[in-house]
Amino acid sequence: MYAQMVKSTGEGVKDLKEMSPEERAFQERIDRGEKIEPKEWMPEGYRKTLIRQIGQHAHSEIVGQLPEGNWITRAPTLERKAILLAKVQDEAGHGLYLYCAAETLGVSRDELLEKLHSGNMKYSSIFNYPTLTWADIGAIGWLVDGAAIMNQVPLQRTSYGPYSRAMIRICKEESFHQRQGYDIMMKMAKGTPEQKEMAQDALNRFWYPSLMMFGPSDKDSVHSAQSMAWKIKINTNDELRQKFVDQTVPQAEYLGLTIPDENLAWNEEKGGYDFSEPDWSEFYEVLKGNGPCNKERLGARVKAWEDGAWFREGLMAHAEKQSAAKLAAE
Amino acid sequence: MKKEWPLWEVFIRGQHGLNHRHVGSLHAPDAEMAIKNARDVYTRRNEGVSIWVVESKHITASSPSERGPLFEPSNDKVYRHPTFFDIPDEVGHM
Ligand SMILES: [Fe+2]
Ligand SMILES: [Fe+2]
Repeated sequence: MYAQMVKSTGEGVKDLKEMSPEERAFQERIDRGEKIEPKEWMPEGYRKTLIRQIGQHAHSEIVGQLPEGNWITRAPTLERKAILLAKVQDEAGHGLYLYCAAETLGVSRDELLEKLHSGNMKYSSIFNYPTLTWADIGAIGWLVDGAAIMNQVPLQRTSYGPYSRAMIRICKEESFHQRQGYDIMMKMAKGTPEQKEMAQDALNRFWYPSLMMFGPSDKDSVHSAQSMAWKIKINTNDELRQKFVDQTVPQAEYLGLTIPDENLAWNEEKGGYDFSEPDWSEFYEVLKGNGPCNKERLGARVKAWEDGAWFREGLMAHAEKQSAAKLAAE
Repeated sequence: MKKEWPLWEVFIRGQHGLNHRHVGSLHAPDAEMAIKNARDVYTRRNEGVSIWVVESKHITASSPSERGPLFEPSNDKVYRHPTFFDIPDEVGHM
């Protein structure tokens, strides 16, 4: 997902009886559906796992602007350009909501950014794929934002108050993202044969990377079990992937496009589609930094940060000078 | 590492006649920039008619461990609620 393979304590879920009184009271609050707020007591593992997860989610929103930003100046009409600009601006907002949520856990914004820039924190694998044609912008809104929604909707109920509130805000804005993408796909799919072919090509390239967004199967992962007990993860990766496929197949059919999977078939018994797994070795390679655009994406982030240093410092110096002058005048 | 821009808490009045409500926070070098950033971050879809910003360090919050002593004293004062009193139906609306 936007946060993939987040590690928790690695110890597995403790039984209520094995917990310290504080831990037990904490777990019971979560089990009752209470929200945990910033200054309240929380286990160190909960705090650290959340920083990793929310931080990675925030980084994904920010880095996720880059593949789409590539097409802002090349959008086919002024209206499409304005829409894409608004969508990408929303993603910047999503990143900011999430950084603020992470900061309530005692990490600074600069620390989070430093960890992204040094490669110590990741962002979603999906943003390491290139956007080669305008149809890719359609495929991203439809599939990538669609997959993100699958994961973000249940996270609105997460146990950590600031994270939950950020998710509620984000979910309100996401459906515009998915619809504008699908709208591009509809236009392309009903266009000239060449346009339809572009749409099909975008689907072919983005299908498996979208399935990878949910991460490998985690039904046996101790990290996921702990995160689910803490309600910072609500569904297993496989559950969400299945839901995504079931929702997306009819949408592709409506477009008259073909999902690039020979094994795709409706399974009456489970009430969902059978489908092929993505190539997980490719996923691990992308996570390691060897995807098609990893260097370009991280390079662009680091450059923006470094090129903006004089500006951040200048505004800070100006603000300090102003407030000193104001004090002197009082 | 250079100094980070300070953190500001953002409050928005959603509609005329309502209170300003806390919506989140952001970093900005000064109050003027904080308002401008708040406009872009928190009101992209007509969410507000007015913005307040205050630097986070100026907010004093009650501590979670004081929740009992602070709020419990009002728990047993049920007579503060109108439903505490039984008024006969014959009296009419009150
Ligand atoms: Fe987003
Ligand atoms: Fe989005």
